[in-house]
Amino acid sequence: MSNTDNQGDVWEVFIQSKPGLPHKHAGSVHATDKEMALQNARDMYTRRQEGTCLWVVPLNAIVSSMPEENESFFDPSDDKIYRHPTHYVMPDGAKHI
Amino acid sequence: MEDVKKLEEFQAKIDSEIKIEPKDWMPEDYRKHLQRQISQHAHSEVIGMQPEGNWISRAPSLRAKVVLLAKIQDEAGHGQYLYSAAETLGKSRDEYIADLQSGKAKYSSIFNYPTLTWADMGAVGWLVDGAAIVNQVSLQRTSYGPYSRAMIRICKEESFHQRQGYEIMATMAKGTPEQKAMAQDALNRFWWPSIMMFGPHDSDSPNTGNAVKWKIKRETNDELRQKFIDKTVGQAEVIGLTIPDPALKWNEEKGSYDFGEMNWDEFWNVVKGNGPCNKQRLNHHKKAHKEGIWVREAAIAYAKKQKEKQLVA
Amino acid sequence: METKDALINYCLRLGDSSLILGQRMAEWCSNGPILEEDIAMTNLSLDLIGQARTMLSYSGVVEGKGRSEDDLAYRREEREFYNTLLSERPNGHFGDTVVRNFLHDAFFYYLYQALKSSKDEMIAAHAAKSIKEVTYHLRHSSEWLVRLGDGTVESHEKVQESLNDLWEYTGDLFEMNEVDEVLIKEGIAVDLQKIKLEWDKTINTVIERSTLTRPEDAYMHSGRLDAMHSEYLGHLIADMQFLQRAYPEAQW
Repeated sequence: MSNTDNQGDVWEVFIQSKPGLPHKHAGSVHATDKEMALQNARDMYTRRQEGTCLWVVPLNAIVSSMPEENESFFDPSDDKIYRHPTHYVMPDGAKHI
Repeated sequence: MEDVKKLEEFQAKIDSEIKIEPKDWMPEDYRKHLQRQISQHAHSEVIGMQPEGNWISRAPSLRAKVVLLAKIQDEAGHGQYLYSAAETLGKSRDEYIADLQSGKAKYSSIFNYPTLTWADMGAVGWLVDGAAIVNQVSLQRTSYGPYSRAMIRICKEESFHQRQGYEIMATMAKGTPEQKAMAQDALNRFWWPSIMMFGPHDSDSPNTGNAVKWKIKRETNDELRQKFIDKTVGQAEVIGLTIPDPALKWNEEKGSYDFGEMNWDEFWNVVKGNGPCNKQRLNHHKKAHKEGIWVREAAIAYAKKQKEKQLVA
Repeated sequence: METKDALINYCLRLGDSSLILGQRMAEWCSNGPILEEDIAMTNLSLDLIGQARTMLSYSGVVEGKGRSEDDLAYRREEREFYNTLLSERPNGHFGDTVVRNFLHDAFFYYLYQALKSSKDEMIAAHAAKSIKEVTYHLRHSSEWLVRLGDGTVESHEKVQESLNDLWEYTGDLFEMNEVDEVLIKEGIAVDLQKIKLEWDKTINTVIERSTLTRPEDAYMHSGRLDAMHSEYLGHLIADMQFLQRAYPEAQW
């Protein structure tokens, strides 16, 4: 491997399988520019009509929470059961609510 | 102390079937084992393109040609998914490729056998992919998230591969006497290497212990091999071909087939690099890689120029 | 010349060019500069062979002698193939392939654009389907030409040389004879001189983006119309036809 040769950057690929649905993470591709990333994602992840829209995002542009922060990030929502509709008592016979 | 606690928590997660994700703490041995196993799997997909690629230009009908091409293309894709999964373990694809080319990393020995006739396209699809699928179905439940997700996608795509191979075998087995002979010959040559794809017996497999405890492997080599043999014997009978193992016999009591002993000398010889095509396969890979250097460098240089232009603008 | 005979030949021209270029692209399998590109090139090959199957089958149907796509692909000899000279050029290095494909993709692109309004329903439908594929092919090869042209000094030189070497096969793309004449009159075929004008524009634009220089038009080879070829085609089809020739009685 020479100093200037490499496999390109990693781009994460998101596919919308049909209009109206959210884009879902499918995997990643290597590419050196965004057009190549988009084409590679198309050739790699939509060979079986998997998608109607593609996003490619450079891996280093993604910010992730860290596992060691999980308690402070996600546990505080544990006891907020009032955010769920089943928390509320409805009178018998009430409909469409 | 800290590590002992972390290790306990890690094992507890594994035991309760919680997947391990890239940023989670993991024992160094777990990471190393996965790097080795996933990259070996990726290299196998990529090197595996060669023996089948050997027949694309000579496929005997246009339908056969597109089917074979689409299948090999899937294999390239699977190699790519697996490299992606392996890269999440903190090692780049460049490094994995360097390991392959230096001989430090291995790939499945089955691809060190030559494909000599068109029937070999049948045997490879039916037996080699068949064996791979048994292994991969099991690996869908592997404990490392990215590996498991890659396996699920791969299994979904692989479903036509084995059928493609079996269809070729079935067509040739009922074709002209020459075709039938080619089909039987392909089965003879690929049977034993295929069942050796599952690796050494459990008793001789040094990596199995931890891999099972960490649920990287969900079933052992011998269990998977038995599954493969049990489902394949009947398929050979249906198309009138004979599996080249005189010891093969249904065992009513254990509900599976007994089979003969594999030639482990040959197996280790091929692993060590003395198979019919080891050098050819690796040289092919190196050549393509080397011929691509100027192309990759150009693409990188172009991207850099574009970025600089954007900054100026 | 009867319309029917002209149509048979016209379908072979389309089908053979796709077939030969598709066979060439398949040779890239496991040889690409990066794994993703290997997959991309296989996709191009699959599209092209798919196009060939449609046109060869149709040619067989128009002929009415019961010849299938495989009969036509596997049981004809060099002097019966009507593919473009450009399509049979060897892959060479990646830059040679990019240039060959770019020149050819742009040709197919404008040809199929025009053939969408062919009075022959099958050809019109074939063009409507193929144009989607070819649009992507042209985008793929154009982007690579720009990367290689405007990449490193080495890549620029290499790909300029490819362009210079392949240029003399571009005249062949646009040559016409009685077949075209008959079919243009019927509204089935299109005037390739008009296609050439569009082709020129695209070629110039992309060459400019690539920082390359368009070669001067000098001597142009021809052959497609008379099924005349380079020596390369014989090897390509010998390889392709091997099994069908060696076992003529066998079904596969």
